[in-house]
Amino acid sequence: MGKQRVKLTFVGNLVKDPVIYQLGRDFKIVTNIRRADVQEDMGWVMLELDGEDAEIRRGLAWVRTTGVRVDLVSGDVIEG
Amino acid sequence: MDFTQGLKCRECAREYPGEALNVCDYCFGPLEVIYDYSTIAEVISRDRIAQGPLSIWRYKDLLPADSTDPVDINAGYTPLLKARNLGKKLGLRNLYIKNDSVNPSFSFKDRVVSVAATKAVEFGFDTLACASTGNLACSVAAHAARAGIRSVVFIPSDLERGKVIGAAVYGPTMVSVEGNYDEVNRLCSEVADNYHWAFVNINMRPYYAEGSKTLGYEVAEQLGWRLPDHVVIPSASGAMFTKIWKGFNELACLGLLEGVASASFGPDQNTVHHPAVVTRMHLTQAAGCSPIVTAWNSGQTHVLPVRPNTVAKSLAIGNPADGIYALRVLKVSEGTAYAVPEPDVAEGIKLLAETEGIFTETAGGVVISGLKHLAESGAIKPDDLAVAYITGNGLKTLEVVSDTVNPLRIKPSMRAFEAALKEHNQRAAGNGGSL
Repeated sequence: MGKQRVKLTFVGNLVKDPVIYQLGRDFKIVTNIRRADVQEDMGWVMLELDGEDAEIRRGLAWVRTTGVRVDLVSGDVIEG
Repeated sequence: MDFTQGLKCRECAREYPGEALNVCDYCFGPLEVIYDYSTIAEVISRDRIAQGPLSIWRYKDLLPADSTDPVDINAGYTPLLKARNLGKKLGLRNLYIKNDSVNPSFSFKDRVVSVAATKAVEFGFDTLACASTGNLACSVAAHAARAGIRSVVFIPSDLERGKVIGAAVYGPTMVSVEGNYDEVNRLCSEVADNYHWAFVNINMRPYYAEGSKTLGYEVAEQLGWRLPDHVVIPSASGAMFTKIWKGFNELACLGLLEGVASASFGPDQNTVHHPAVVTRMHLTQAAGCSPIVTAWNSGQTHVLPVRPNTVAKSLAIGNPADGIYALRVLKVSEGTAYAVPEPDVAEGIKLLAETEGIFTETAGGVVISGLKHLAESGAIKPDDLAVAYITGNGLKTLEVVSDTVNPLRIKPSMRAFEAALKEHNQRAAGNGGSL
């Protein structure tokens, strides 16, 4: 089992999609929202995911297919 | 002596001990260093600073590390030059260049890494690490060499040869990662989670970022303990931009600026704004990676991540960790944000080189082209005191200006030389100049 901290960014109509609910329903992942800011046409959610590493990877791969952007909580790691 | 009191979440204000942490366990907000400013106020003075070394460690009281034996390769105290020629060209009579390209590993990263490395040694880490597209890798490898500890630097496999050599020469373990930007980013984050290493821009980030405050302190000191009317700054994560502002306000609140009375830091040290600090903060990014500028221009409080596609690799952060805080500084300081068109990046490099004899890398080209825009648009007035921050050396990005190499090719004779010179002068006269 492992935990991963991610930031999901929703743009446009994706704001209305129940992506986090589906992630918890369709994969063996416990989702835990820690902080969020959702407006009419965009939003972000800081999320902790708890589950097997492979399942988390599979779940996040699915999230990306929806068009929702997945980033690390601390922002980009690569610097100039 | 270290005047820090631990770490505090910038979002929920939860406090943490001063350890190698960067994210709040509760809300995942970023952690910031907190200081005992009342004790600092009792000891700090302009004289005490003046007696310090000619490096960032002259401001040791305001840095989050025990400075008795810092990991110091002499970062900082770089020249602040009056830019008469460039100023004349842009119609600015009080223009200065803060030339940070002359740091020991040729970029401002030496400031932040010196603090992070000092803290890493203090914490007992035996490995200093980072993921970088150039400047940071060089600085981390150099400081680790100085500290006598191991360094591990992760670089994208398509990095330019010059940058690879510039870091490799210091003897790090260099990991060249095959993959696109996101893949490299993800891998490095996983490595950071699984190895007990001091990643300067991950678990050491609260300390690391504080090193950028010295860019604010030095400009104030070099201007005779006063602040400029405008500063023009390149931005990637947004951290340096916010820390220069913080540095200005710390000096004001501590009563170190000429004619400015000290003031309380209030409940939030990181957002304090002394009313005497009226410097307008101008943020510049390259158009191919300008998420903060886009957010500012559209009036958003979010910064929407982008996939970087810019010649300014040292500014290529698509998901800037401090983007929203940079937006707040822009607002409070009544600043501006400008995305420099990609072709203008090289033009900015050439303009600075040809007018002031300073060869900067692409981030500097962004700043100079941004400065030109600000002057032309009237945002900076002719008599305003403006400082442009040049944060990296041009030798790191030679390929961007390789088209400037156009010598007069001649046979080894005086006649050939004079014929070529005549032709050159005729061509130059058409362009407004000759030898």
